[in-house]
Amino acid sequence: MLGRTANDLFWMSRYVERAENMARLLEVGYRIALLPREGHGQDEEWRSTLRSAGCEQGYLAKHGVYETSKVVAFMLFDADNPSSVYSCLATARRNARAQRTALTREMWESLNTAWITLSAIDPATLTPDKLPPLFDWIKERSALFRGTLLNTILRNDTFYFNQLGAFLERADNTARILDVKYYVLLPHNEPVGGEIDSVQWAAILRSVSAHRSYRWVYKGYKPWRIADYLILNRQMPRSLRSCYEEIVQALVELGRYYAATNRPQELAGEILRELADADMKAIFQSGLHEFLTAFIARNNHLGREISATYYFTEKVVSC
Amino acid sequence: MVLPAAFDEMKGSGGGIREPYLSVHQWLQGQDIAELKRKRSEAEALFRRTGITFAVYGDEAVSERLIPFDIIPRILSAAEWRRLAAGIEQRARALNAFMYDVYHRQEIIRAGRVPADLIIQNAAFLPEMMCVEPARGVYAHVIGIDIVRTSANEFFVLEDNTRTPSGVSYMLENREAMMHMFPDLFARNRVAAVEDYPDNLRLTLESVAPRGLDREPTVVVLTPGIHNSAYFEHSFLADQMGMELVEGQDLVVVDGALQMKTTQGLKQVDVVYRRIDDAYLDPLVFRRDSVLGVPGIFDVYRAGRLTIVNAPGAGIADDKSIYCHMPEIVEFYTGRPPILKNIPTWACRRPDDLAYVLEHLSELVVKQVHGSGGYGMLVGPAASADEIEMFRMLMKARPDRYIAQPTLALSTAPTLVEAGIRERHLDLRPFVLVGDRVRLNPGGLTRVALREGSLVVNSSQGGGTKDTWVLQD
Repeated sequence: MLGRTANDLFWMSRYVERAENMARLLEVGYRIALLPREGHGQDEEWRSTLRSAGCEQGYLAKHGVYETSKVVAFMLFDADNPSSVYSCLATARRNARAQRTALTREMWESLNTAWITLSAIDPATLTPDKLPPLFDWIKERSALFRGTLLNTILRNDTFYFNQLGAFLERADNTARILDVKYYVLLPHNEPVGGEIDSVQWAAILRSVSAHRSYRWVYKGYKPWRIADYLILNRQMPRSLRSCYEEIVQALVELGRYYAATNRPQELAGEILRELADADMKAIFQSGLHEFLTAFIARNNHLGREISATYYFTEKVVSC
Repeated sequence: MVLPAAFDEMKGSGGGIREPYLSVHQWLQGQDIAELKRKRSEAEALFRRTGITFAVYGDEAVSERLIPFDIIPRILSAAEWRRLAAGIEQRARALNAFMYDVYHRQEIIRAGRVPADLIIQNAAFLPEMMCVEPARGVYAHVIGIDIVRTSANEFFVLEDNTRTPSGVSYMLENREAMMHMFPDLFARNRVAAVEDYPDNLRLTLESVAPRGLDREPTVVVLTPGIHNSAYFEHSFLADQMGMELVEGQDLVVVDGALQMKTTQGLKQVDVVYRRIDDAYLDPLVFRRDSVLGVPGIFDVYRAGRLTIVNAPGAGIADDKSIYCHMPEIVEFYTGRPPILKNIPTWACRRPDDLAYVLEHLSELVVKQVHGSGGYGMLVGPAASADEIEMFRMLMKARPDRYIAQPTLALSTAPTLVEAGIRERHLDLRPFVLVGDRVRLNPGGLTRVALREGSLVVNSSQGGGTKDTWVLQD
């Protein structure tokens, strides 16, 4: 497989996953923006949403003030925002088109149809009542793409690079959401308690589609349980631990496929072992924010190692 | 515009329905126009979803378009095809023999059949190719020969495309769509299959790998990238043949061999089916500003460690001024008169021809010698006085750049248009493959001019395509 192909596939899956995460974040932000609020108003909510999405700076540079309709437009349709749903699907579809030969017809059609539908939407016609169905639709398209990938593609390097892209992105996203909201989860916030906090806790869970499943696993919202669920729980499919189970598996399979062990495998194995051995109490003691910041950095580092090991963008000079 | 009445391939000239069309004619009688149009939109939705689009140059807003697809097939009888096939194969062999000669001893010039300056001065002639020995002596491995028909028995070659002819993916996808939508039609007619084209292409490419290779050759398809008008076809063919689709940036010359950059490091490449023009192949030899090609690739080729398909310099044979000499060329190399006729052509570089052409501009079709894609041509009978005057000036300034041909009444076939089923002009582009042997899939791509009376079938000029049937005996 060409290094460029691996690169395009990795980022294709990353961007589809990102589009879905953008829709989730927006859905939750939008929901909270509709609630009657006291004290710090919607600004704080949108700021943390934009920060979780990693596009706060870009937004402020363009719009200056937090305003629901502007945030929604920026995160959904703004082509200047590389992480908007529009940009994510455009990039994913461009990569898919460049690597058409590596995709099954089903994968290509699910992405292409999503792109054709999304690009035909006129943002000006999106009244508030149309937003929740649109968020659902984006999640559905992402699920359909993942489904076609899982159900139709050969288990070879094509599959593994897609898996790596999807789960590195998901891990990044879960860690970011937690990091932006970590102050809500800090134990010393607990006495403050009250209405807002449980709304916030529920929001965190909602943004990773876990507010129902959480209740099956734990009883009642407790900050450390929510953090435990999203970081260390092995059953929760968007937890950091789960993501790393998938990443390690993909790297091991890739190593087997290419008959070679490699640096990313060791790195990911190390991260997974630490997640498996960690307990939430210790993490809170040494600082949740510090833990998450370090995790995000290592996750990025792993991405770069994968890119270097498999020659994603290798520049070889002619001789 | 005044033209001799065109030959309709379904109705013929005698009034009755011609034999090959009997069954389809009967089927058409029972069809509802609205229903056919619905089927057509269904096909187009399918094409758009699968991404069978082409880019239109100079059209920023809508960069991916569909080529209109007409659902009424164009049909040739087995006997008609046998004759065409013999003529196509003869021409493919002659073209390659001509190129081998042009880039070696130039016997045809010595024999005085083709003027030396026509070759030496030709922009498509690559002096760098002199005395290069391509594998099996083949230069044009993939040739698209454009053929038009004017009566029941008269077929003419309009041009030979020996550079990087495109359109074969439409031939294949049109058939897919037709079989998907109208399986009953195929049950009632014995239509020769076309779907082994990708296999034939792969066999052809593998057969011209450099000599002395002690392993399976590695073959790749080289594309300029997703913005190229024929990108869909490049990826389609690579996919169908199970080959890597590479861009220039994926290739590099190391240790005198062409290598592709894979996830496991470098891997040697033996055959490149390139879909980029000569000028962009190698910035060290041709255009220095090219970022599409690979620095050093031409040296590897010349050293015999790589096969480039089609060979650099193969454009010499599809130049329109060379076209005028094709009857002599075919006879010179095959020892037989050409089975397929040329259209009588005036080469404006000859003063007598120029004088005649300038006097008869309103009757003739004028083409640029190096033009393609239907750009920069004049269809006299359909042109305005201003257009004719503009061409007159251009031709007087550079007569060597133009040729002229009579305006032929291209045959027509029933086509579904807004107004219903109407007769529209068409041509045929069969794709012939030359490697260890000549391979030819029955039929080819039929292009149809959708505008009433139009003779220009190019997709860039509003042409559409049809599924092409060759019936079996």
